[in-house]
Amino acid sequence: MHMDINEIIKPENLVYTKPRLMNDNPMHYCPGCSHGVVHKLIAEVIDEMGIEEETIGIAPVGCAVFAYNYIDIDWIEAAHGRAPAIATAVKRLNPKKMVFTYQGDGDLAAIGTAETIHACNRGENIAIIFINNGIYGMTGGQMAPTTLEGMKTSTCPYGRNVALNGYPLRIAELVERVDGTCYVTRQSVHTPAAIRKAKKAIRLAFENSMAGKGTSMVEIVSTCNSGWKMSPVKANQWMEEHMFAKYPLGDLKNV
Amino acid sequence: MKEDIKLMKGNEAIAHAAIRYGADGYFGYPITPQSEVMETLMAEQPWTTTGMVVLQAESEVAAINMVYGGASCGKAVMTSSSSPGVSLKQEGISYLAGAELPCLIVNVMRGGPGLGTIQPSQADYFQATKGGGHGDYHLITLAPASVQEMADFVALGFDLAFKYRNPAIILADGIIGQMMEKVVLPPFRKRRTEEEIREQNPWAALGKPKDRKRNVVTSLELDPAIMEQNNIRFQATYKRISENEVRFEEINCENADYLIVAFGSMARICQKTIELAAEEGIKVGLLRPITLWPFPSEAVARQADHVKGILSAELNAGQMVEDVRLAVNGKVRVEHFGRLGGIVPTPDEVLAALKEKLM
Amino acid sequence: MAKIKGAVVVNKERCKGCELCVVACPSQVLALQPTEVNDRGYHYAFMQNPDACIGCASCGLVCPDGCITVYKVKL
Repeated sequence: MHMDINEIIKPENLVYTKPRLMNDNPMHYCPGCSHGVVHKLIAEVIDEMGIEEETIGIAPVGCAVFAYNYIDIDWIEAAHGRAPAIATAVKRLNPKKMVFTYQGDGDLAAIGTAETIHACNRGENIAIIFINNGIYGMTGGQMAPTTLEGMKTSTCPYGRNVALNGYPLRIAELVERVDGTCYVTRQSVHTPAAIRKAKKAIRLAFENSMAGKGTSMVEIVSTCNSGWKMSPVKANQWMEEHMFAKYPLGDLKNV
Repeated sequence: MKEDIKLMKGNEAIAHAAIRYGADGYFGYPITPQSEVMETLMAEQPWTTTGMVVLQAESEVAAINMVYGGASCGKAVMTSSSSPGVSLKQEGISYLAGAELPCLIVNVMRGGPGLGTIQPSQADYFQATKGGGHGDYHLITLAPASVQEMADFVALGFDLAFKYRNPAIILADGIIGQMMEKVVLPPFRKRRTEEEIREQNPWAALGKPKDRKRNVVTSLELDPAIMEQNNIRFQATYKRISENEVRFEEINCENADYLIVAFGSMARICQKTIELAAEEGIKVGLLRPITLWPFPSEAVARQADHVKGILSAELNAGQMVEDVRLAVNGKVRVEHFGRLGGIVPTPDEVLAALKEKLM
Repeated sequence: MAKIKGAVVVNKERCKGCELCVVACPSQVLALQPTEVNDRGYHYAFMQNPDACIGCASCGLVCPDGCITVYKVKL
């Protein structure tokens, strides 16, 4: 049965649109970048929980440095790696607010390792959203602590050599062992099903924070198609084939 | 009314004054010779009384970034450390200046460079007054010379920091931090409510109400045209501070033939030096900068009109002397006297140096 | 059995032509413009096969830039 498309495109038939809290600023991310999907999920969760007036986001240094341009909440832009320290103070000084950090793997897993582990160990009532794409995106594709063995980047152009550079760092496994965390999970956003699960994880992390249960970390295994030098579609396939082996998806801790 | 006089260390006075000021948070990391600041706060447990948050961070870097976080919410927050720890904090301090955030930093100086010594020093004068981290900025720099001033400068530092949206630093040294003196603690002020902060600091990131745009606290701006304007705005603030907030003390400067410029504990020593000089019939005045930045350049220049020579006495190899020379601009001879590595000179030594270098 | 019919609206100026929506669509509704580009030079997504759309919103979910709005009716 044929139906005119204009019969369908009516407000009462709406099933999906850009989140209300995501503004119209064009995002600076490369085409197909995972950051945009995660931004949408955070915006949706804040909206659905009705906490937009209570939420303070801490943006990192890295590609997501401009996260504050896209989600219409109050933001604080951190120095590289220091977001968990900043979030610690913001939450302790404002215990009723929802405080989350949004950090990449260079920010969180290299320069900010100490701040990350100690915030988790103190059980700060914050949510940490951790984008792990195994590379430094913003500075042009250098090796990250999470870069896979053999993976080529601009600072390991012949592939990561563990004798030279050590091993890919599994942060979620580290913070899972720390007593202050209540929820540690590893998700991805490469398929509609994965995105729905990732959103549930972010929602739980935010709920834990508001309930004062301790630190929640949601790692999102992500792509950096520009840094990986692949098309967005190919990058998703490569992530499934390579990243998930080292960074398996699922809950590591949920207490 | 009977004054509430207490006997305590300078470091302890900082802690009590912070609670009484109504500070919202303190974030620190232990280092000699300033650890009593956090120890006193932890013993006082102000979170049970005023609601002040006190937290021992995992590093000085984390502590100053906690200050950045608290300041971003418009809260009155502070940290304290000593020289090597303050070096670590420079990243955060530069960000605080770049994001136009008020806060209070305390440096109870020890000798350097490197791990140096735990003995007192004034060798962080350049670091405190010339910015310290990267970029063009200044900290409002207060130099206490007594335990009383340690207590008083907490409120002064916070008030100036909020007035100008710029970090303030109390630049003390190991002597002022460790010595015990009588002190009259300031009265208790109430911590501000969130509503008061929102009203007084509309830039604070406290959660976005529906009727305003989102607040973003950041030092980042990639458009050079806007970034230049930001820097021009910072410089205008520094100019206003320089015009309005210079503080200093002059002792026996009228009719003086020679002038000593000294700050902090060194100024205490030099007070005795000018007495010893007077006994010998040498008229020496003492000019004690209370704000090291902004530096009391005009006051020093006025003295240069009538003295025969100026001695900048410092616990370092010659730092403030550069600002003294800039102020004097060649009008009279300016010499430096200093002891290094944690050695504290006697008043006689300073007098001997004055005679040798200027007479 | 009720039939479901969907429609997708792409904000073509916001679209960066990453193709993730094209791949995510279970009904092969979407494609990238083969020649035409938007103001920023991207081959934006469009409904090449609108009759096949079931309004599942998979395209919207995977779109990193929030360019996609999805509508659905039950017939």
